[in-house]
Amino acid sequence: MPKSMNEIFDYLNSLFPEAALQFDEAVPCVIVPAALIKEVALQARDDQELLFDTLMCLSGVDNADETLGAVYHLDSMTHRHKLTLKVIVPATAPHIPSVDRVWRIAEWHEREAFDLIGVIFDGNSDLRRILLPEDWEGHPLRKDYEVPEFYNGMKVPY
Amino acid sequence: MGLLSKQFDDGNIVLTSVEGVLNWARLCSLWQMSFGLACCAIEMMAASASHNDIMRFGVLPRPSPRQCDVMIVAGTVTLKMATRLKRLYEQMAEPRYVVSMGSCSNCGGPYWEHGYHVLKGVDRVVPVDVYIPGCPPRPEALLEGWMRLQEKVREFTLVKPEGQHA
Repeated sequence: MPKSMNEIFDYLNSLFPEAALQFDEAVPCVIVPAALIKEVALQARDDQELLFDTLMCLSGVDNADETLGAVYHLDSMTHRHKLTLKVIVPATAPHIPSVDRVWRIAEWHEREAFDLIGVIFDGNSDLRRILLPEDWEGHPLRKDYEVPEFYNGMKVPY
Repeated sequence: MGLLSKQFDDGNIVLTSVEGVLNWARLCSLWQMSFGLACCAIEMMAASASHNDIMRFGVLPRPSPRQCDVMIVAGTVTLKMATRLKRLYEQMAEPRYVVSMGSCSNCGGPYWEHGYHVLKGVDRVVPVDVYIPGCPPRPEALLEGWMRLQEKVREFTLVKPEGQHA
């Protein structure tokens, strides 16, 4: 049976009473503490009531208030319902446990979020840059990113 | 002035200079290194297709830089690609030419201000002979640019021009 996101939130809350999950009405999404994201992801994938077998998208976010984050868009082929999870971490220590063993597709999504935003996904099997050159400095989609004057002797600004 | 205008009436004789015949041969067989990087590459392919048929100018796309005379930089040159582009240009045999096709490779195009990753003009890494404006340029524009390049090859000289001394 498909569930609304409110019903899924209540169900997850009953499974993780200690986790202090929050529901954001505006977006809407479920905010999960970083330390628990892998457990919640595994539960969301394997629980017979949820069966989120597909990670449609994983995005890195700079919230512009000294925090970074990751957003997980989940979809269930069986139940035909959707769920959005959000993790918020401080920009000074942006560590989030990797979910690439839960959904294999997360591997390169996490690499992209690491490359452009600088979120570090602990446990990712291959956390290298994916789009930018390996010797690039910084994470260019951060709000406070400043374009370098030169890259390998090539002038960058117009 | 074309080559055949100097032909004698009585048959199989053409009077020209060595440079003239060498340049004529070269400008009629400029082999192209395909460097399709973005949407400009689609127009470059359209120029090769039957409507425009750039092959009638002797343009032959080659997969190796060592067999090419001209590099058509068609599209957005990222900084990551610029390193490779310079390496491939250096592998081409001289004399070699570069055609910069489209706004992106001319000056950065729409990425000129906020494109942290885009090279603002391919002339920052390799010397460019012909710039073709447009976003993307139509195949006709590429043909026009190609004929400009042919004019440039026609003027090529092995000896120093008069009035210039080392």
